[in-house]
Amino acid sequence: MSDLEFNDLNVWFGEDHDRVDAVRNASFTVPSGASFGLVGESGSGKSTILRALVGLIPTWSGSIRVGGVELGKKRARGFFKDVQMVFQDPYASLHPRHSVDAVLGETLKLHGFDDIDRRIGKLLADVGLGPAFRFRYPHQLSGGQRQRVAVARALAPEPSVLLLDEPTSALDVSVQAEVLNLLADLRQQRQLTYLMVSHNLAVVAHMCDEIAVMQNGEIVEVMGVKEMRALQPVHPYTRHLLESSMGYKPVEDLAAVK
Amino acid sequence: MSPLLDIENLRVTFPTRQGEFEAVRGVSFTLGRERLGIVGESGSGKSMTGRAILRLIRPPGRIEADRMELDGRDMLGMSEKQMQGVRGQKISMVMQDPKFSLNPVMRIGEQIIEIYRFHTKAPRKAAWAKAIEMLEAVSIRDPERVMRAYPHEMSGGMGQRIMIAMMLVTEPEILIADEPTSALDVSVQSSVLTIIDKLVRERGMGLIFISHDLNLVASFCDRVLIMYAGRIVEVCEAGKLHEATHPYTRGLLNSLPRLDAPQHRLQALTRDPAWSLDPSVSGRK
Amino acid sequence: MAGPMQGQTWRDWLMTDTPTSRNHARASAFYHGWLTLRANHMAMIGLGILVFLLLVAAFAPVLSPHDPFVQDLAGRLRPPGTDHHLLGTDSLGRDILSRLIYGSRITLYIVTLVALIAPIAGLLVGTIAGYAGGWADAILMRLTDIFLAFPRLVLALAFVAALGAGIENAVLAISLTAWPPYARIARAETLTIRSSDFISAVKLQGAGPLRIITKHIWPLCISSLIVRVTLDMAGVILAAAGLGFLGLGAQPPSPEWGAMISEGRKFILDHWWVATMPGLAIFTVSLAFNLLGDGLRDVLDPKEGAG
Repeated sequence: MSDLEFNDLNVWFGEDHDRVDAVRNASFTVPSGASFGLVGESGSGKSTILRALVGLIPTWSGSIRVGGVELGKKRARGFFKDVQMVFQDPYASLHPRHSVDAVLGETLKLHGFDDIDRRIGKLLADVGLGPAFRFRYPHQLSGGQRQRVAVARALAPEPSVLLLDEPTSALDVSVQAEVLNLLADLRQQRQLTYLMVSHNLAVVAHMCDEIAVMQNGEIVEVMGVKEMRALQPVHPYTRHLLESSMGYKPVEDLAAVK
Repeated sequence: MSPLLDIENLRVTFPTRQGEFEAVRGVSFTLGRERLGIVGESGSGKSMTGRAILRLIRPPGRIEADRMELDGRDMLGMSEKQMQGVRGQKISMVMQDPKFSLNPVMRIGEQIIEIYRFHTKAPRKAAWAKAIEMLEAVSIRDPERVMRAYPHEMSGGMGQRIMIAMMLVTEPEILIADEPTSALDVSVQSSVLTIIDKLVRERGMGLIFISHDLNLVASFCDRVLIMYAGRIVEVCEAGKLHEATHPYTRGLLNSLPRLDAPQHRLQALTRDPAWSLDPSVSGRK
Repeated sequence: MAGPMQGQTWRDWLMTDTPTSRNHARASAFYHGWLTLRANHMAMIGLGILVFLLLVAAFAPVLSPHDPFVQDLAGRLRPPGTDHHLLGTDSLGRDILSRLIYGSRITLYIVTLVALIAPIAGLLVGTIAGYAGGWADAILMRLTDIFLAFPRLVLALAFVAALGAGIENAVLAISLTAWPPYARIARAETLTIRSSDFISAVKLQGAGPLRIITKHIWPLCISSLIVRVTLDMAGVILAAAGLGFLGLGAQPPSPEWGAMISEGRKFILDHWWVATMPGLAIFTVSLAFNLLGDGLRDVLDPKEGAG
């Protein structure tokens, strides 16, 4: 019902000889209620897949299905009641001149809800922010608090799918734990489907059941998190990523690295 | 053996509308020919400490310390001109994002030469040769081409290597690296760190490595200072991080998700006000 | 708006970091802005002068010692300080101080009209061009270029020829040539803003272009426009003065400051005060706008609170 299916997805920017292929022939499935991770370094195309899914990038080909329904170039209003996104940078994803109340109120209004006041209070409580935060502006909130507001905004239309674009990369370690716990709790309480993008393998391993590893726009490996934890990847790139995330180890052949 | 850097009770204060704000409160440590890590989250004062050492805090911010000595010479009393002889020559700093620390409208070669000639007054030919030598030392394969290129043509990892070359061309005694690999991809981080490691060892330099990544710093440095709310809460030897005793350090370690140890729920840190009220632990050897 | 609680001063209430209502939050933000402005002494001087100008214009009948239109040919061209004429009289024996005081009304009228027309027109054109892109952007920007190329005085002459001389036509001419820079600023800001995550986020809530432009882009453009307007006011006053000087703006016997300078031009060598006094008035008001604009830039620049 809220499963995601990608088949032969190609996403590009620019035309003709300026064309850059950000995603090439990506195919994977996220079952309803599952948590799926897209892992890769910068430029691997992982965030691009999310943006193509929500219609922020028009130049794509292939097939994307949400709940069995094939997506076209434009997204209907109803789509955004089902699928929502939390962005990476909490400093950039909230309008600097809108208070928390304004952000949540606008979202609820756009989706046609009536009892906006009550819902704002509940949303703030759901993400662990009290009423004291309701009328603050973003510059009066810490990074973790802003990200919670972003999560509240994403939850406002009561979606069934949540796309998480590096939700904790810009946060401090101690705050990251709180936000990840919050996301895990919400998923469990509301049976949400998560598609999470990150470059941090440990975070993805904690949050997801299955992951796809991307390199230069292509998916090089798909595996369950259990196999990843057991350090059993097949593809050399995955192994390289795993080793790099275990802390510092001197590199022997420096000239070989770009 | 006397330390390269001797800092006692360093304080950095900023006046604000709501009163005085102390970003660094009583930090003390010595630095020898070793790799010292300073770890903390945002607001811990770690970056401020690095900048304070180089007296890069602009008024109305104030730097005060009981002692701040480089090779036995007092730094607090130095004039601005004398400090210019220290910055880049005795103590260099590499920052997080080469996009923002390299001049985008100057060729890379020109920037390295400018720094070298400012401090050594060497002729241009000698400066060029030295720049090439430094680029080779950071394992850049085609130094001639890089000398003529502009910063935006370089990838993140290359940019950071160039920064390191630029900062070490004057052969300083101490290198302060403020989150040098945080903006880089994970696979590039290791090579940049290897380069820093190699150069620091070869030249007998002291290194201050400032980062938020506790595991990275613990696997790279010899000693680690953990900062919280402007104070040092714990000092660890490298390899012994898992034996840390302070609740903040333990809390940080426990709140990280781990690949090799699945957890159902991450342990969120509960902050104890006592941590910011307790006196700073001394990092002096 | 509830206001401070028992034992809480107004200052505490405004400086709180937990506002209790929309209006409370707005008042608090306004107060912080005011404190920043107040710290800038030059800007406060500018603000003071402008407040003074407003009061003078408002209370002109009360403050003015003589009737600005009454002529006294026997007492023409009196130097400042003679016969109860603090700033002297002009070529028709009219009191210069009174004419300056009444002239302030005209100056304010011009400044207000231009400040309302030009930036708003520029904001509309610039944000639509920047957000829509494509051919809409191209057409609107070429339109902007056309108006930018018009020399102001030539346009004013054309208006005079078509519609007759007068203050309103002068204002129209000035506004029509003043809006293009605002359009450019607004467009540049829009281009930067529209790729932000918060715009993407609100698109994902189903917001259409109208809401995005009016509620999300305009609030961010307005700061730079306000700053630009205050800095341009000096130029606007001078432009109006120039038009008045040429006889294209305010018509005699209107005490518009530029027209006063024009009338006094003939006597500048022997009776310097007739042209110099209105000149000083223009200078002072222009300077005040510049100082205020500089201060406002510090207040409105949205750099607060990053990290």
